[in-house]
Amino acid sequence: MALLEVKDLTVFYGVIQALKGISFDVNKGEIVTLIGANGAGKTTTMQSVMGLIPSKSGTVVYNGVDITKKPCHSIVHLGMTQVPEGRRVFQELTVYENLLMGAYTEKSKAKIKRDIEEIYEWFPRLGERKKQVAGTLSGGEQQMLAMGRAMMSHPELLMLDEPSMGLSPLLVDQVFEIIKNFQKNGTTILLVEQNAGKSLAISDRAYVLENGQIVLSGTGDELLKSDMVKKAYLGG
Amino acid sequence: MSTILDGLSLGAIYALIALGYTMVYGIAKMLNFAHGDIIMVGAYAIFVTLASTNLLLALVVSILLCAVTGVVVEKLAYKPLRSASPLAVLITAIGVSYFLQGTAQLIFGSKSQPITLPSLGSIQIGNFQVELRTVITLGVGALLMVGLTLFVKCTRTGRAMLAVSEDKGAAQLMGVNVNRIIMITFAIGSTLAACASFFYLLQIPSVSPTLGAMPGIKAFAAAVIGGIGSIPGAMVGGVLLGLVEKICTSIPVLNPYTTAIEFGLLIVILLVRPIGLLGVRRREKV
Repeated sequence: MALLEVKDLTVFYGVIQALKGISFDVNKGEIVTLIGANGAGKTTTMQSVMGLIPSKSGTVVYNGVDITKKPCHSIVHLGMTQVPEGRRVFQELTVYENLLMGAYTEKSKAKIKRDIEEIYEWFPRLGERKKQVAGTLSGGEQQMLAMGRAMMSHPELLMLDEPSMGLSPLLVDQVFEIIKNFQKNGTTILLVEQNAGKSLAISDRAYVLENGQIVLSGTGDELLKSDMVKKAYLGG
Repeated sequence: MSTILDGLSLGAIYALIALGYTMVYGIAKMLNFAHGDIIMVGAYAIFVTLASTNLLLALVVSILLCAVTGVVVEKLAYKPLRSASPLAVLITAIGVSYFLQGTAQLIFGSKSQPITLPSLGSIQIGNFQVELRTVITLGVGALLMVGLTLFVKCTRTGRAMLAVSEDKGAAQLMGVNVNRIIMITFAIGSTLAACASFFYLLQIPSVSPTLGAMPGIKAFAAAVIGGIGSIPGAMVGGVLLGLVEKICTSIPVLNPYTTAIEFGLLIVILLVRPIGLLGVRRREKV
């Protein structure tokens, strides 16, 4: 059974239809990527699945539970969270406080403490800067913090919205490396990316989104070799 | 010396009210113009309960009634407008303000009524005779503000409040129930207003349906002076405004112009520093 199952999802912004009936699924343990150009509806899909913007019709089922109409915060309590586009770390809170916020659903102080130590091991830079206000971190460090913060809630499914945006090539490689590691540790990943080459390379399966519709789907390798993807997203 | 102390204690009152404005603005991104009338609700609660019980119990009733009023107003009037335009919310808040005043008028009449509080007398500090009510206002006010600061900084709910005030969406992604946080914010703000209403009655022992208007608008000015949305800002702004008011009234030449000077200060500060003394300019980083 799929961990996340999205069926015929439609979203409107006023009279403009942003999603025209999207269906896809994510199986446990997979990395699944949605690729597409600006305005294709990638972020809308992510936000709508997460309950941040309302959908008009269609269903979202997570772990057998219909979460279509559930508010975002209760979806998080079910074990699914998202690293939003543009990272959106809490600029005025310290690195440490940001991580504490990530553990909002966790009640045990001892466990939170252990988890934070673990995040510092994953991201040594965050450990060095734990007392620093997040707004003073570099873009790359903020991305690390956003990912660490999301992992604090031990999501079964982690959604990442353009985690490589605005980062240097070296950092982009690092980010994809980390995502791969998250998967190895048992987290299922739903990724949204414009960097089609890098994201398809680590994906088990992927979907191509165009004008609010899914136009192509397949395994990461299949899509990497597809002429349409090559032409539209890989510059060749 | 006694002018300074009076100013500080009046400042504490303004600060307690200003905190309600600033916290609600920070978290719900709205100006709750009915906040001043919560003070009036608190004052009438004390007025009514004091007739049959002691002061402490009256204070507890007042705090409970204010907290409940604040939360109910939020639920009935503001929550349905969560995604409406800020202007609609603003007008609603003004409507709630008139509604509360009108209700009080229906129940208690429009005349101002004197309230007899137990006389507190004064104490000797060094060479100065200081009124006990000043000391209590200052002491308890300071305690409440320290408590609030610690609450916001050190508790899970407090941190969630900061997170919501900065980025509602991201806070939801952490599992924060934004509606619950907004409700808690209204409850805390109204509790502080109830305390402020007691201290205010100690200074001016009479109640009327429009009692909350002046301290309300001055505390709002204080919140803006300090930088609306900023908790330490509300405290600094409140104390500053209280000091200015008491200093002006103690100088005969300035006395008639006190209110003008206070709001003049607001204008000057906004001209020099539009975000207020301790306000933060939110930066966007992509």
